[in-house]
Amino acid sequence: MYESLVQVKNLGIGFTSQTELVIPILRNIDLPISEGETIGLVGESGCGKSTLVLAMMGYLKSGLRVLEGESQFRGRNVFDMDKKTLEEIRGGELALIPQNAGQSLTPSARVGRQIDESVKLHTDFSKKQRHERIIELLSQVRLPQPQELMKRYPHELSGGQQQRVAIAMALAGEPDVLLLDEPTTGLDVTTQAHILELLRDLATETGTAMVYVSHDLGAIARVSDRIAVMYAGELVLEGSARQVLKRPAHPYARGLLLSIPRLKEAVVPASMPGLPPPPGGASQGCAFADRCPMTEQLCRDKRPTLEPTAVQELVRCHFFERVEQLPLPEPPKRPDRPNLDEVNNILRFDNVAITYAKPSIVDQILNRQPDVTPTVDKIDLTICRGETVGLVGESGSGKSTILRSIAGLWPPKSGTITYDEAENLNTSVAERAKDLLRCIQLIFQNPDASLNPRHTVAEILAQPLKLYFGLGGDELRERSVILLERVRLRANYLERLPGQLSGGEKQRVAVARAFAAEPELVLCDEVTSALDVSVQAAVLHLLTQLQVDHGTTYIFVSHDLAVVRALADRVAVLYQGRLCEMGPSESVYRSPSHPYTEVLLGAVLEPDPDAELVLAAEDAVDLFPPAKGCPFHRRCPRHVGDICGNETPPWQPTEFGHAIRCHIPLGELRDMQYQSITTH
Amino acid sequence: MMATTNIEHVKKKSVFVGLLAVLSAMISRPSGLLGLALVVFHIVLAIVSPAIAPYDFKDVNAQIILNTPSYEHWFGTDSLGRDVLTRTMLGGRQALFVTTIATVLAIAWGGLLGVLLGLVGGRLDELLMRIVDAFLCLPWILVLLLIVVMVGSESGVLILTLGFFYGIPVIRMARAATHDVVARDFVTAAQARGESRSTIVWRELVPNVLDVLLVEGAMRWSWMLLAFSSLSFLGFGIAPPTPDWGLMISNSLSIMALAPWTALAPVVALSSLIIGINLSADALAKAVGIDRAQRAPV
Repeated sequence: MYESLVQVKNLGIGFTSQTELVIPILRNIDLPISEGETIGLVGESGCGKSTLVLAMMGYLKSGLRVLEGESQFRGRNVFDMDKKTLEEIRGGELALIPQNAGQSLTPSARVGRQIDESVKLHTDFSKKQRHERIIELLSQVRLPQPQELMKRYPHELSGGQQQRVAIAMALAGEPDVLLLDEPTTGLDVTTQAHILELLRDLATETGTAMVYVSHDLGAIARVSDRIAVMYAGELVLEGSARQVLKRPAHPYARGLLLSIPRLKEAVVPASMPGLPPPPGGASQGCAFADRCPMTEQLCRDKRPTLEPTAVQELVRCHFFERVEQLPLPEPPKRPDRPNLDEVNNILRFDNVAITYAKPSIVDQILNRQPDVTPTVDKIDLTICRGETVGLVGESGSGKSTILRSIAGLWPPKSGTITYDEAENLNTSVAERAKDLLRCIQLIFQNPDASLNPRHTVAEILAQPLKLYFGLGGDELRERSVILLERVRLRANYLERLPGQLSGGEKQRVAVARAFAAEPELVLCDEVTSALDVSVQAAVLHLLTQLQVDHGTTYIFVSHDLAVVRALADRVAVLYQGRLCEMGPSESVYRSPSHPYTEVLLGAVLEPDPDAELVLAAEDAVDLFPPAKGCPFHRRCPRHVGDICGNETPPWQPTEFGHAIRCHIPLGELRDMQYQSITTH
Repeated sequence: MMATTNIEHVKKKSVFVGLLAVLSAMISRPSGLLGLALVVFHIVLAIVSPAIAPYDFKDVNAQIILNTPSYEHWFGTDSLGRDVLTRTMLGGRQALFVTTIATVLAIAWGGLLGVLLGLVGGRLDELLMRIVDAFLCLPWILVLLLIVVMVGSESGVLILTLGFFYGIPVIRMARAATHDVVARDFVTAAQARGESRSTIVWRELVPNVLDVLLVEGAMRWSWMLLAFSSLSFLGFGIAPPTPDWGLMISNSLSIMALAPWTALAPVVALSSLIIGINLSADALAKAVGIDRAQRAPV
């Protein structure tokens, strides 16, 4: 008999480099998975999580091979199985749900047919039975109106619905083990929370064992019974979810947890210095030694083994008893909030509307605007010099559109944006003076896309320096070196291409490029959401430090309320291009909230086993803003009647410039929210 | 000063190293090695052939008309008693000269216009692309014939004509490749910074579509060679007595049954060059990561 459903035994996977060296990707992995159990596999990108999960299915990416050990499924080594057996097991007893479901579904086939193929493969049902089974599967993943949905094509579904279809397909084979490779990464917060709840419920209903891979400890905390932490291709910590999250016994796990921003406190989280070693770059000692706050000579000389602790954890650390006594890192100093009465506004929005609809020929002849509901509407907002304003909302809420308008890439349709109480910003880039362009700089979400892959770091930094200051020669080089120092990169990075940098380093270069212009206002568009948590913390530190040094104003766009909490002085919540709530972040993160803010706050995933998700509303399905009424009324859990759909709600001020746009009186809203907190 | 020259130095080296890497990736495949060897062989031959050709290409000798291959004349003689080997060695010079310059021309103007249209978009793009479509409908050999008949068949005319007509499909290719790049954030970043349009084209876009253009150029080159030889074959290209493969094949058409060797040498020469270019283009595409098979022909 076998002990566990899946049993990874001393598994090592690697490749042979061009210089004939054997480079390990995974080393000495031991991981048992019992029936009905959910294991969370966590670690920074590049630590071998996906390789391990694929190896459990007997799949190796090209070039990789098993160096030692084995991975068993029901007592048999998957690497010894013949092709036919493997094919039967994969998708049947062992099913994989990939990260990007939208891409894993065939765009040209209806959803029903795609699920049917999975059902056909694993059963010998008749056509009618299969049809019933598909409906059953779609209901199981809680998709409404399965009959209707079957006939749709993948592109007609939202991201969350696509991911649900992918889960339904995986469930078709009634798997014993579900392998989930970052299944919610890239989805909206609310959608992510719903999918995680679904997975949790499925685990209880069907008794399926799950391996949940994610870089996000918050998501892992929601679903896992046990957590395994990986670093540089090794398991460094394995134990019960509660134990790992509450009292991490490995310095790496502790560092990861500390680098996650929390909703409760407005502090920039601690960052972990350094980078994981590249494959094969680990020394003979502990792989984490270079980044560990308690490294001793022993750590550099001898590789620790996986040792059991008193509380039934396994930990790979020589000094794990000391981890708990490590001092908490000092949070970085946040810039003092400017006194709003003394400083002038740097940016003012007056009833701004932005639309992507282009006027048709008829519209042009009649010289009129196209008659469509604008993407962004009725924005009134002032931003003071030296403060950080967070813009929060799900995808499609118009956050990035507003930034594009400020930057002059897409001027607003109506209303005015005023810069520094003087300059009208309803202009495109071509109409703006060079100095105005210099004052406003953008930083993008994904540094892979925002840095030209063919330019060296020197060339990237030279662009703004040449354009705005006409620098050249020695001056240019000196200035570039100073800029790199500011973002904590060494001068030898100048000659590198973006492809030779890590994700965090790339984003630092992008930050350096923005600050090369010596801007007054920096627009940050989801600048940390493509990064690992530890790297995210470092970038947040950097932005804070730069603000302290230069007094820069930030507009910080993010879908992550916890990140915004760490950085923002004031927060504006947007739903479908309309403001719902705004004010000092202290007030916004406290009751009473706009029902939409309440929904967003309830869906934030915190790496805390006791944190409860509050799923008050359906995940995002609306595509267009309604022509009248409250934009959120179709999803609102506090919907009070026809008034919500017909009349634009008024701004209700609470305190210190905090205001909520809702029909429900503030007192009632507060009571309702207080009740729902106590019942949960 | 020292510091900047240092950067320049590193940069130049990296371009050189990049080129070397592409070349070594190309010759690491047998087909790429063969293709490149054929192309290099033909180019070298075209350069040195006047010096090493055994006879004068104009030497007419009534005594040795249509001789079979022999020790004196390896590939025999033609209907005027001229040495076929000599004429074959020299017969690619004009073709290579004209098509090489015309290819560079086609890629340069078609590529730049395509990149610009891909960036600008809008009405201008719409209008010019319909004109491109209209041009692509024309039967090119007839158009070429018409121009040659009207203007003449000097090298300059051929270069301009071929360069113009073969640049038109390049516009399409470059525009499509640019659309992939324009959507990326670094172009948005450059626009938001207020960079001029020419900076965006030259610094941001061109380096990122260059690999597509190079592969495209290699393919256009082989098609242009065929077009050039076809013109000669039809009697509208190079004027006799200058040796040219197309012309030689055309002349040997009527005596094919009698003296097949007169056609064999130029046919082998022309096909080996075109095969060589095509193999090199394939290898280049794989080396820079573009799969030609996956690209729809324009």
